[in-house]
Amino acid sequence: MSTKIEEKPETETEADEQTSPGEQRRELKRERAAEREQQIQEELSEAEETVGIKVFRFDPEVADKEEPRFDSFTVPFFRGMSVLDALVYARDTYDSSLTFRHSCRQAVCGSDALFINGRQRLACKTQVSDLEWPIRIEPLPHQDVVKDLVVDMEHFYEQMHAVEPFFDPDETPDGELEEQRQTPENREKVKLSTRCIWCGACMSSCNIAAGDNEYLGPAAINKAYRFAMDEREGEDRKQERLRIVEQEHGVWRCQTQFSCTEVCPKDIPLTEHIQELKREAVKSNLKFW
Amino acid sequence: MYEHDVIVVGAGGAGLRAAIEAHEEGADVALVTKLHPVRSHTGAAEGGINAALHEKDSWDLHAYDTMKGSDYLGDAPAIDAFAKEARHEVIQLEHWGMPFSREEDGTVSQRPFGGLSHPRTTYAGAETGHHLLHTMYEQVVKRGIEVYDEWFVTRLAVTDESNPSDRTCHGCVAYEIATGELSGFYARDGVILATGGLGQAFDHTTNAIACTGDGQAMAYRAGAPMEDMEFVQFHPTTLPSTGVLISEGVRGEGGILYNDNEERLMYEYGYANNDGELASRDVVSRAELTEVNEGRGIEDEYVHLDMRHLGEERIIDRLENILHLAEDFEGVDGLDEPMPVKPGQHYQMGGTEVDEYGHSCVDGLYAVGECACYSLHGANRLGGNALPELLVFGARAGRHAAGAVEEEPEIPTGPGAKSDDWDEESPAELGAVDATDPIAADGGAVATPQEVLEQAVETERERVETLMERDGINHADVRAKVQKTMTENVNVFREESNLKQALKDIREAREEYQNVAVADPSRTYNTDLIHTIETRNVIDVAEAIALGALARKEFRGAHWRKQYQERRDDEYLKHTLYAWNGGNPELYYKPVILEGHEEKYEPKVRSY
Repeated sequence: MSTKIEEKPETETEADEQTSPGEQRRELKRERAAEREQQIQEELSEAEETVGIKVFRFDPEVADKEEPRFDSFTVPFFRGMSVLDALVYARDTYDSSLTFRHSCRQAVCGSDALFINGRQRLACKTQVSDLEWPIRIEPLPHQDVVKDLVVDMEHFYEQMHAVEPFFDPDETPDGELEEQRQTPENREKVKLSTRCIWCGACMSSCNIAAGDNEYLGPAAINKAYRFAMDEREGEDRKQERLRIVEQEHGVWRCQTQFSCTEVCPKDIPLTEHIQELKREAVKSNLKFW
Repeated sequence: MYEHDVIVVGAGGAGLRAAIEAHEEGADVALVTKLHPVRSHTGAAEGGINAALHEKDSWDLHAYDTMKGSDYLGDAPAIDAFAKEARHEVIQLEHWGMPFSREEDGTVSQRPFGGLSHPRTTYAGAETGHHLLHTMYEQVVKRGIEVYDEWFVTRLAVTDESNPSDRTCHGCVAYEIATGELSGFYARDGVILATGGLGQAFDHTTNAIACTGDGQAMAYRAGAPMEDMEFVQFHPTTLPSTGVLISEGVRGEGGILYNDNEERLMYEYGYANNDGELASRDVVSRAELTEVNEGRGIEDEYVHLDMRHLGEERIIDRLENILHLAEDFEGVDGLDEPMPVKPGQHYQMGGTEVDEYGHSCVDGLYAVGECACYSLHGANRLGGNALPELLVFGARAGRHAAGAVEEEPEIPTGPGAKSDDWDEESPAELGAVDATDPIAADGGAVATPQEVLEQAVETERERVETLMERDGINHADVRAKVQKTMTENVNVFREESNLKQALKDIREAREEYQNVAVADPSRTYNTDLIHTIETRNVIDVAEAIALGALARKEFRGAHWRKQYQERRDDEYLKHTLYAWNGGNPELYYKPVILEGHEEKYEPKVRSY
């Protein structure tokens, strides 16, 4: 014990002469923090405008985030700024633990559907200038929050998979380089339904899905529509598809509130597709009477 | 530990296609992706899929166009296989339900694209990649192929013989983002990397935030060199404020480029007197930047792409998605006004060195798609050739990994393929800052696969713990430094002094990276950690691009050098290889293969 105590001052002397890598790192961190603070002040004072965002925070395993709270960040505003830009700025500038999904930045990967000022929207294609400030950013409602703005998408994926979401024709042409024929009209018929990017905004907006966890939901039903209406699949397959969406937690649950259609970032007429499948199901049931 | 016959890393187009094929050949296959498959960046591809389907077209014309487009830096065995098999792959995609745009008679439509001698680009509106990605994911669901989504692969488990060609890949290490669980994935028959692009090495890119060169960097550190990394495609039509892509389909349908004087620049200034707007992408990008540099750019930054004359009906039928993108990301109505466009980083021609089955010099390690270099695109990729590449080479690698290929490859890989060394000095130090990054295991060939894997998991556990526990700087600063220097200095136009500056800046970034730390203490969905790990990959690929560019003293395809304005076939008809070499990287060359299935390709002047 005594030896160790005696050695300690020597170690410190040594450290003074030649700082340890850890201390160098911490020193660098302090320098960077100071530089950054100055840079932030410059950016904020140079910006003609700044926008405030209030972001939902939660982490089940970090002491001060176990209780959900909102953090406010001030971000320099620029023309053309999206909500995603504001989030990225806040994360890279103020708090690297701020967590949200994002990837393509152009409304095709479907990662960043969030609840922004009380509505489901894609953060990347929502312009800051179109919203009331400060902007309130929350995770999608009616889904379990994993952390901050990240929700558990597993249930959404399960519902998508439940409608047998794959093309299944009776047969394909024999010729090695021969395609199936499809009229431009039929392609047009399914076109909007094929635009779905699996963002989950519709499901989150749906009151029925909120109350009935087994409800297939607008996205999955739209996926079924995409195949049921595709003339390249056979009639029997279409009947099978209708049976899947007709089940207890299928199309008949929809009360045509149009909330899914309103929030869909790809403008898919989801409610209309659900209604059309209801009509098809009725028609096909009548046939068997 | 998880165990499968074949592990596919990345679930975009190439990964999905590889998984389907390996499954069809009877392998137990799993997809491991840091996203969910439908979030992959294949979904952002717009224009189309080239295949010689028309009766007046033929695969050898497609092969010829591709070789010419590559500026004679493609390898003929890869190009020939590609052009032949693309036809079957496109039709198969149609049989899987792909919602292609159609002609009145119900056949698949094909449109003209840059650098093609025949209209052979099949498409689904201007969102072809989205439909391709979803169609193939549907086939994966149909087959019940296992998907580990939001698992980030951080390291390959490779034996450590001194010659990379003697090494074997036994699997990989992956980090489950939701839980922080770090696990070994044992691959009995092979690991197929399909991790996509590296656009995050630049700050104006069409690529997703997730495109960080993970596969290229992992394979490089495991011994498979990066090939032809200096060849970076800058797409001529990206939106100035965000880098969002405006498809070549706009020009394919007849869109016109104008400068600030409202002149049709491609003809007015002789950049491409025959093909005009439909010249190859490198040609159009240089034309636009020359206009800007000579004072004829709009707001000194961009040019105009006008499609109004095509008429609303045709635009909505074939390019509707472009209207949405221009409106949502630039606030411009393409029906009413021209769209502002400028070049942006778009595609990496180079990648992990592999043969025409996607197999690297490390046994059991494959790479396909944008992260790979077969080499198909050579010095420049033609528009519409990336999506068929995913299909053809995804399938080839899947088949090979599942043990269903008997032919020997014609393209040699690994140190044995070397023809000559680069004998100059780098302006900055390269590679490892210190010797803390061993390859995989001790004991070389005697180690069992499980031991190699356990050792790799242990190494990664230490890396993660170090990053989590220490204090240090934010990786975002380091990444921003790399992006800034790459965009300033390793862009469309390249000068020696700039390239040297980039290498110095990258070195500085690498040294700073020694001090990064993860501030978020959580094991739950820690994106701070993920991005920090990605940034090291970004540094590795940026170094390879900048050094390859400095070493290649000629103008070929996308690689333009101010002091060397000619293609120099006598000296540079060869591929650049960049090998990690235990942390002391080595740059060397191997010959191009121009001997095709039918005939030998003769390098000609490339004009459009």
